[in-house]
Amino acid sequence: MANLTNTNLTSPASVDAASVEVEHTSMGVDNRKLGMWVFLASEALFFSALIATYVILHGRSTGGPTPRDVLSLPLVSINTFVLIASSMALVTGLSAAQRQDIRKAILWLAVTAGLGIVFLGGQVYEFSHLVTDKLLISTNLFGATFFTLTGTHGLHVLSGIIWLILVIVQLVQKRDLPHADFKIEMVGLYWHFVDLIWIIIFTLVYLLI
Amino acid sequence: MAATSKALPLLQRRAPSGIIRWLTTTDHKDIGIMYIITSILFFGVGGIEALIIRIQLARPENTVVTPEAYNQIFTMHGTTMVFLFGMPILIGIANYMVPLMIGARDMAFPRLNALSFWTLVLGGVIMYSSFLLGGAPDGGWFAYAPLTTKAYSPSHGMDFWALGIIVTGIGSIAGAINLVVTILNMRAPGMTLFKMPLFVWQMLVTAFLLLFAIPSLTVDSILLFLERNFSAPFFAANAGGDPLLWQHLFWFFGHPEVYILILPAFGIMSEVVPVFSQKPIFGYRAIVYSGILIGFLGFGVWAHHMFAVGMSPVADAIFSLSSMLIAIPTSIKIFSWIGTMWGGSLRFQTPLLYAIGMIAMFLIGGLSGITVAIVPIDLQVTDTYYVVAHFHYVLFGGTVFAAFAGIYYWFPKWTGKMLSETLGKWQFWIMLIGFNLTFMPMHLLGMDGMPRRVYTYGSGLGWDIWNELETIGSFIIAIAILIFIWNVVISMIKGKTAGNDPWDGFTLEWTTSSPPPRYDFAKIPTVHSLRPLWDQKHGADGNMPTETPKATARTEASLRPAITAADVAVAAAQIHMPAGSWAPLLLATGITILCYGMIYGVALAAAGIILSLASVIYWTWQKV
Repeated sequence: MANLTNTNLTSPASVDAASVEVEHTSMGVDNRKLGMWVFLASEALFFSALIATYVILHGRSTGGPTPRDVLSLPLVSINTFVLIASSMALVTGLSAAQRQDIRKAILWLAVTAGLGIVFLGGQVYEFSHLVTDKLLISTNLFGATFFTLTGTHGLHVLSGIIWLILVIVQLVQKRDLPHADFKIEMVGLYWHFVDLIWIIIFTLVYLLI
Repeated sequence: MAATSKALPLLQRRAPSGIIRWLTTTDHKDIGIMYIITSILFFGVGGIEALIIRIQLARPENTVVTPEAYNQIFTMHGTTMVFLFGMPILIGIANYMVPLMIGARDMAFPRLNALSFWTLVLGGVIMYSSFLLGGAPDGGWFAYAPLTTKAYSPSHGMDFWALGIIVTGIGSIAGAINLVVTILNMRAPGMTLFKMPLFVWQMLVTAFLLLFAIPSLTVDSILLFLERNFSAPFFAANAGGDPLLWQHLFWFFGHPEVYILILPAFGIMSEVVPVFSQKPIFGYRAIVYSGILIGFLGFGVWAHHMFAVGMSPVADAIFSLSSMLIAIPTSIKIFSWIGTMWGGSLRFQTPLLYAIGMIAMFLIGGLSGITVAIVPIDLQVTDTYYVVAHFHYVLFGGTVFAAFAGIYYWFPKWTGKMLSETLGKWQFWIMLIGFNLTFMPMHLLGMDGMPRRVYTYGSGLGWDIWNELETIGSFIIAIAILIFIWNVVISMIKGKTAGNDPWDGFTLEWTTSSPPPRYDFAKIPTVHSLRPLWDQKHGADGNMPTETPKATARTEASLRPAITAADVAVAAAQIHMPAGSWAPLLLATGITILCYGMIYGVALAAAGIILSLASVIYWTWQKV
């Protein structure tokens, strides 16, 4: 994703702009970053629809199990902590990259991805327990909305992990190192967003039952 | 511009030719052309479906198609016209024109742009392949649950529909991101937001509507797919589920979608009307602000599609009121166009004819829209042909007429050839007559209670003659479309050469050659006003209309010093444009295989995931 774009396209215009009278004809934000923000705005609506579906429907189940019966708060609290810690690790990695300390940056990105994998592992563990407790997507409305919401979030975490790995490989290959911090910032925007969505899900699904 | 054509081979050294060029292109102009051609092909398919519907309904108790086939055909007619024709033709025109109108050399993300196009094509393929794979979608383009759940729609048709909608949705989101970033970040020096052409403004609002409306439809399609294939009871009332959830999520997308289809049309109108009135647009800022207002209000009216489902009277009243409010910003635009034509020296060429036709037809659709926003009237006419008449007047009379205005206006820029004026005028009048003959009687039939979505009707209800006339009208429309296609073919072969600026235009796209070089502009222009090219041709006091031939002569003269042959040579040698890439097509293919895998098994899905991942890696590592 970090390489999706071509900044050369804008540069001839901006060179001309410097020499003539200047009114703002750009937002002053890199194209890729602006694109990312716009994408995340759209993602926010996507998750809003899923969360609204959960909030409206999960209590209308005609049969058990209910959230109280099957959800395990301690397990998910640890998992939530892991995800928040991964965001911390990513910020530390970004700060290392900004100092051009690429080795540290790689290390911290690996920690981030690793914590992401731990989170996903926790989610798989949780899902398998729910299945043994007889909660499936087809069992009742709680099962349907719960698995859809948390599963979609899990797929977002998985995409983030793949993206992190792609960035790590690029850094290991010493590819385009001067822009290392930019690449980490981009994946970071996405990662922190997915993290934030989890905090909302955690609050609504696990804390307010 | 002989120098331009000489310089071009330099660039094409690297660019592949033939089919590979089109499969790998990342040029916004190529992608725009592919969008427009694809959408016109789908317009043909959707049109043939409409003709089948009309043949079936020409007489009472007709048996040309079975009820099952009729359901599939009207479902795919609506789906095609909205998702595979309406949106793509407008996004295609925007893809070609927005960078040219703001003085940029391409869209912000050229490969993402190609991905948008290929997901559209393959999303269409997914939906249409269902005809061969056991039955097409048959629950209407609105896909109301529980009609579309497995019990009532057992074929895989609605699965293909849901997956196709998700895939084209990915493309729409990517396209919207591209448009927003391009418009906000890549304008030529001096082009502030309030010096942007109005088409660009309307596309900016449209892009935001796409960003915020499509996710709701994507979620809805996911829920439907999970309900159909994994028995998740979202819409199953007997398990506590809520069929209305489908409708809320669908129309939260569906009503902004209406503005996604009409705002770009308003943009085209706001370009065509002033140029052919040879006068600045009347109320530029009013058009901008009313467009933004429509964007906001568009998200607050969705439940007016649901007056008949039994919401509370308060909800009905609120949505009725907000729906009527939309009439205000919409009329502001119509008054702006009329004010622009008022006192202008009108040139009644084909683009202006279509623009005027659009104002009249859209006005009728808008007025019937206000009537159905009134709850008691809606309760009377909902699910009848009155509603069909209403939305065909806004979407056909509005969007399609405006799209034709845009096509006749910009075709010279795309191809370097003029479309025939004679054929264009024939097409316009035939289409206007055919359109009104087809859809005007539907108002009467609807008020008389003829239900929509039903494959036939009884005789002796007084509906026979109107239905027969409508069918004749639909074939007259078909003749008009054939004339258009003939016009395109004949004009490509022996049309008049267009030159840079055939219409004495106002905006930047007319300053470059037709068709423009790969890099669009040898020198990025600097903009000082709303009508940069006009001012260049006619001076700062250029509000007075001039005779066309003289103006064209002056264009050539005044532009020659601006862009010299040396500039073009430098541009060809130095401007770096991204090379083509297979990655977008491969990624779209991977996603499509994954979709088929969702229906036909894990192995296929895994193949799709692997291909998608491989193309993402290729995409990331490729040097452009």
